[in-house]
Formats: sequence, structure tokens, C-alpha cells
Amino acid sequence: MNRNLHSFSISEAREGLKSGKFSSRELLKSCLDRIMQLDTKIHAFVSLNEKALDEADSVDINKPLGGIPIAIKDNFLTHNIRTTASSKVLDTYIPQYDSTVVKNLKNAGAVIIGKTNMDSWAHGSSTETSDYGPTLNPWNTRHLPGGSSGGSAAAVAADMCLAAIGSETAGSVRQPSAWCSVTGFKPTYGRVSRYGVIAMASSTDSPGPITKNVEDAALITGVIAGKDPFDATTSSQPVPNLLIPKKIKQTGLRIGLPKEYLEVLEPASRQVILNAAKKMEDLGHRIIEISLIHPKYSIGVYTIVQRSEVSSNLSRYDGIRYGNNRSFFNQEAKRRIMLGTFALSSGYYDHYYAKAQKVRTLIMRDFEKAFSRVDLIIDPPSPGPALKVGASLNAPMFGEMQDILVEPSSISGLPGISVPGGFIDQLPLGFGLIGPQFHEDRILEAALQYQSATNWHEQKPIL
Amino acid sequence: MSWQTVLGFEVHIELATRSKMFCGCPADHFGKTPNSQTCPVCLGLPGALPVPNVRAVEWCIKLGLALNCQINRFSKFDRKNYFYPDLPKGYQISQYDQPFGHSGHLFLSSGKKIRITRVHLEEDTGKLQHAVVEGKKVSLIDFNRSGVPLVEIVTEPDFTDSSQSDEFLKEIQNIVRALDISRADMEKGSMRLEANISVMPAGQTNLPPYKVEVKNVNSFRFIKKAVDFEISRHIKLLESGKTPKQETRGYSESLGGTVSQRSKEEAHDYRYFPEPDIPPMTFTNSQINKWLQELPPLPEQIRSELISNFTLSSANAAIIASNQQMYNIFTQAVSDPEFSPKAIADVLINKRYGPVLPKTGNDLIKYLKSLNQTSISDSSQITEAVKKIISANPRAIADIKSGKQQALFYLIGLIKRDLGNVDISLVKKILIEQIL
Ligand SMILES: [Zn+2]
Repeated sequence: MNRNLHSFSISEAREGLKSGKFSSRELLKSCLDRIMQLDTKIHAFVSLNEKALDEADSVDINKPLGGIPIAIKDNFLTHNIRTTASSKVLDTYIPQYDSTVVKNLKNAGAVIIGKTNMDSWAHGSSTETSDYGPTLNPWNTRHLPGGSSGGSAAAVAADMCLAAIGSETAGSVRQPSAWCSVTGFKPTYGRVSRYGVIAMASSTDSPGPITKNVEDAALITGVIAGKDPFDATTSSQPVPNLLIPKKIKQTGLRIGLPKEYLEVLEPASRQVILNAAKKMEDLGHRIIEISLIHPKYSIGVYTIVQRSEVSSNLSRYDGIRYGNNRSFFNQEAKRRIMLGTFALSSGYYDHYYAKAQKVRTLIMRDFEKAFSRVDLIIDPPSPGPALKVGASLNAPMFGEMQDILVEPSSISGLPGISVPGGFIDQLPLGFGLIGPQFHEDRILEAALQYQSATNWHEQKPIL
Repeated sequence: MSWQTVLGFEVHIELATRSKMFCGCPADHFGKTPNSQTCPVCLGLPGALPVPNVRAVEWCIKLGLALNCQINRFSKFDRKNYFYPDLPKGYQISQYDQPFGHSGHLFLSSGKKIRITRVHLEEDTGKLQHAVVEGKKVSLIDFNRSGVPLVEIVTEPDFTDSSQSDEFLKEIQNIVRALDISRADMEKGSMRLEANISVMPAGQTNLPPYKVEVKNVNSFRFIKKAVDFEISRHIKLLESGKTPKQETRGYSESLGGTVSQRSKEEAHDYRYFPEPDIPPMTFTNSQINKWLQELPPLPEQIRSELISNFTLSSANAAIIASNQQMYNIFTQAVSDPEFSPKAIADVLINKRYGPVLPKTGNDLIKYLKSLNQTSISDSSQITEAVKKIISANPRAIADIKSGKQQALFYLIGLIKRDLGNVDISLVKKILIEQIL
């Protein structure tokens, strides 16, 4: 059977491009056709790159991502391509510069195919708070794709691109990846530059890849990671070589299974996670039950820190120099600005922000302690599979509740992954692992072992 | 009843670093085409992030050290949130509870100690220009100044009169210039002053219940006048049983006094919180010590050396110490044993060599030696020199014709430099004959 080019993973496409089986234009054209065919239904994209075909023609296919069509979440600035963060405030905003992630991707030969839908300003975990309308889950369009990088996850799941970029503040890469049955990787905070990413919560925002398999996630991470002179919070820790074949065969990793996290899971999801843990054991690793600070405490910390930073980060959108004025902010953004403004007010700072930061430090120490006993920790990306469209409406804490299991690792800046882990009633579920800061290699290698022993990632939605 | 003034200052100094505080744009903004020195960072575009200028951090700490401050070993930047059109991010990156320097002091010549509360680093704002474009009143914003490094020095309210503050503020300027971290030009806005003034019955220990802020004053003379004006205005009000209003006032040159700008200062809540885009900074003792060692001789030290090593009067020592160029010339010239330090200082301070400082100490010595030669009074030699000067300085000639005496002295100075010791009255007479 002749496979459609858009269904290829990056590594498969690179082989075809290099051997001359097809051109980068043909590959891109296949993805664009797929978008034309399906996006009225899925609505993964906010804007398309009108120059993409020309760019595909002139790209050097020998580069690491030469000729690979990649979709970019709409909160990453793209030079001359409209960037809105799915907010009408920036409805007509055309950036004068590329975010560092996009610049690195372009330098590696990637072709930016378009900009994906998201919760407006990344405020949410459903992608139905976008000012441009919701994205729907390719596995079942009556369900949500998750968010805030829901457009990116849906686009990859529906084969509208070969890979996508998302950003995670707490779960925004891993949760939609789990709900759409794709691979989502959040590197350590500070590993990938935030320069040119429309800031949500500056102290936790982490760009990361959403891909069809672990190998592709490792490849893109290698391209976008590293010290950026334009982002003072990027780390100068050298980026390790990702996916060294010899290390992938290793056994005997100590993998923690936190009992407080299992408690939060719905019963069917718990079974999926326990099955995955068993699989890791079969692969020769040791599963060790551990105890961590209950993830519910992270909700408060995350909510205070994130709303506070949001209230400050959104104040530049005053409509004076660019964009529309403040009346274009939607309900959720206004709610967050008000809550953050209140939390930072004189007399309340110590009660809220300062206290939240103290608890945050305790949670970080708790992880440090745990990682002195185990090499990796199982961290389920979401309490259950995709919820129905409309579930987030009138639920101001929807995101926080959906992301409860990844908030502790996010506020601690830890790297984490979600890989396809199974299905419940034809809806996918993710399996997640987190590791110590700057140990992306260890997570990716273990995730690849899991992927090699399962075939969840090969299953595709019927569209 | 006798009254006591309570006076404190906030001084802002724009640092003369090559680039701005958080981006690579040039920091020197004076007189540049509006918005020609901007980038995503200093325009507050989406996604732009600040990267601190390490040179500015070093200079701020050195200024703190020069002002005898304690230096925080752990420090950070904070966001000061407020809305104003010249502030493109909606917040200013400043320092809140961990300034680089705190608890410093300076001594006035009287021996009075002025305590310095804090010395911190922040970014400057853009500049609003109110103009009429196509018949419409508009406000324009120039972001060239946005993000220029700005040091804020805050004093305790330790001054009791305007002559104390005058000496202190000039000393701050001297120190900043000695450190070579800013020109600290009041007219160009690279040094800005804000006075906090109130008056209370003499001997009262509690601070007064009000405070008047005087802002946007661009010379030492005017700030002194403004302070004096305020003190007598407050006393008059207090004596008639009223409490002066808490407000912000500005100085009006034409009125020779202050005028209300904003009454009833609204209580701002800046919602400070740690700047998440910039990691906190830690400094080691050895780093701080190294910077301390690198401090150049400071004005106070120079003055006392001039007095003790060269037996200059304290007034002359102060003048020479306040001018880096003059100080350099002096120290070069005194190495020549032929002339006494006092003679050298006199010539320098009284500008007897002419309107422009000599380039080096050697030039000054040459001039002094020429004084010892017999004076030239040969009118043909002078006339020849005068003609040469006239043809080379058409601008000055025009000024003289329009009645500017200064230009005449300038030319006399030039001729003196050419001929050395010369009969000045004869030069003047021939100049006037040739020009008019
Ligand atoms: Zn700039």
C-alpha cells in the first residue's frame, strides 16, 4: 500500500527526501491538502504560511529538519506570519521578528506550515477558549483535544503536519498530547528559549515538541534546546546527546510510582498507568512505590503564581503601539488579570504570592529528595481521557483540575513526557514520565523503550 | 515659633553604558532621531525578554561602594507595575527589597553626615512629546530613552537647609564623574533631582504629616531656589495655622518659584514582585572587594590629598577636585619643580591662560614660562597675529560685531596662546581696530 506522505514521521520523511523518492514540495503539498480536507472539521490552524511552498522549494534537505513541515503554536512569534495567541487583541499582529525556537527550526531546514489554535493566551486546557473557536479532537470530534497546545496536538494526530511545537506552563504540551495520542515532550524549564514566545507565566513557560514518536521529539528538542543570549533564564548546561542507541537498551532504572498521584486517577486510567508500569518492569526496570507531596497543593501554588505573572505580562497589550485595545480581552483573560492583580496587591503579596513561592520551594525539594532514590517518576499527564466539548465552559478552574498531575513537575521546572499509552472507549490516554532537571536524555530513552514495546503510537484516528 | 526643615532627595543618574539596560540598543539617546534606537525588547513587543547589562550592574554597585553603602550579596530585579504610555511593558524593571546598595552615607564639609537609604538600578522610560500634527493635538512617544540604565539614589531626610543639599548634590555629580559612569548633565537629563520637603516645629521628633515633592528641576541653582521657596511657603502656611497640601510641584523659572503639578498624590500600588525573566544575582565577597579596589580616587580623597600634599586652600582643592580634566592637568604640571602648586592652581582656577583649558600639564607649564619672558609689545607682530586669527574665526567676528564681548575675549585668548606673554591691552586695541 502506498502511504500518504503526510502520515510519515520525520525520520521516515527524511529518508524519502534524501533518497529522492519525493520532494519537499510534494511532502508539504500532501500536508496542505490534508489541512484543506480536514481542518474545517478539526480547526487545528489559526493561520497558514502563505509562502510555505516557495520556502519548501528552496530548503536544504541535508539539514537536520530539511524540508520537514512543522506547525507552530500561535503564541510563538513568526516573522511576517500573523501571530495572535488565539486572542482578538492581536487579531492583526504581524511580528517583526522570529522567536528563537522558530529561528532555530528554520535554520535546521524546517518549513513552517502554519500557526495552530490554542486557548486564548494559553489560558486553559481545552482549546475551546480560543477567540477563533474550538479545536476538536481528531479521535472523536465531540471531544476536546486538550490544551492549551490543542491545535498542535490535533494537527499532529490528524497528520496535517509531521510535527508541531507547543508550549507548556503546566500540562499544556503533555495533556493535549495524551488526549490526542501523540508524543509531547516538555524539556526542563530554561532548556529551550522563551524569546519570542508570548509570555503566559514566565517562570514556568517551556516550549516543547509534539510529534508522532519519541525519536522525532528527541530530534526537535536537539534543534531547539540550548543557551540563548536573548533569554537570561536559559541554562548554559550543555544539551546531552539525545537517544544514544546503546543507552536505550539499558535496564535497571529505578522508576518511582507516586501513590498520591494514582489516587487522583479515574479507575480505568489508573489501570492504563499500572499496565504501563508493568511494561517498564518487563523491560527490566524496577518500579518503586514512592510518596510525594499531594498534587492538590500545587493547584494553589500554580494558580497564584500563574495569575500574578499573567496580570503583569498582559499589561503591555494596551493597544497603543500594536494590536487592539483591552476591550478585546475575553472573559478568561480578564478573570486572570483581576485575580493576579489582587494577589499582588499591597498587603496581600505576603499572603498569596510569597506564600505560594515558599510552597513551591517545598515541592521542588520534595522532588529532589525523591530523585535521590529513583531515576524517573511515573507522572500521568491527565486524570482521564478527553472530556466532551463544552466541559470547560463556566469552569474557571477547568485547566487546573485537568493538569493537577503535571502541575507539581511544571512549577518545579522538571522535564517530562507523554507518550500514547492506550485507549478507554476508543479515546486515547497517555503514559507519562518525569525526570530530574536537565536529564532529558534519560526520559527520552526510557520513553523510547516503552514505545518500542507497544504499538499505541502507530494507531491513527479514522477521519 | 522656630521651624525646622525636613529635606530628602531622590537622585536619578543615567549610566553612560554603550548599550541599554536590557537590550543591545545604544544607550546614548540625547538628540537622536525619535525611535531610531529601539528593538523588540525596549519597545515591549510580544515575547521580548530582558537580558541584564552586566556593566550597568557593576557600575551601580561601584556607585554604591563610593557612597559607602552595604552591598547585598543576594540581589534581584523586580517588576514595578503601573500604566503609562511611555512605559511599553506596563511595568518598569526596577529593584524593590534587595537593592544593590543600602545604608550608605556621605559627610558634608561641615562634618554633617547624610545617610543614604539605598542605591538601586532600573530602566528609564520613553519620552512623551505633546505636539500638533495636521492641526490636531497629539501625544507622541519616543522610545529611544526606553530601557536606558538608570541608577536611583535615595537619601534619608537628613538635610535641614538648601545649602547642605546643594553641596551634597554637587558631590554626587563629582563622584559619578570621577567613577566615569555618567556625565551627570542636568540639562541633558542624565542627572535628575527630586526633593521631598516638609517643615515642622524645631525639636519635634516625629516627621511632619505631609510632604511636598518637587520634580523636574534641571539645574542645581533652580533646585536650591525651589527648596528655599518651598521652605518659606510652608512656614507661612504653618504660621497661619494651616498644613501644606501633600502634592507634587514643579519649578517655574519665570515665576522664580514652584507651582502645583498634581495635588493629592494618588496612593499608587505598584504590585512589586520578583522579575521572573531575570535570574537572581549573587555576589561574592571577593567580587565586591575587587570592585572596591578598582574605585578611582574619589573627590573627597582628592581634595584632602590636594590640601595635605600641595597645601592648597580647601576652596581651590574643591574646584580642582570637581573637574577631572583640571585635576589631570594640575597633577601633571606640579611635577615641574619650577612653579609652586599654588601658582599652578591659581592660573588654572582663574583661567589666566584663556577661555579653554590647556590640553596637558606641559602646555600649562609652557604658558607659565612664557609669563616670565618679556612681554611682546611690538604692534606689527601683534597686528600680523590678529589678522591671522580674524580670517580663521569668521563666526567669532560676527559675534563681536553683534556686540558679544565674550567672543572678543575668546580671540584675545587665542592670540595669547600664539604669542605667549603679550601686552593684552594692545592686543585688544588692535583687534577692535581691525574688526570694526
Ligand atoms: Zn532595544
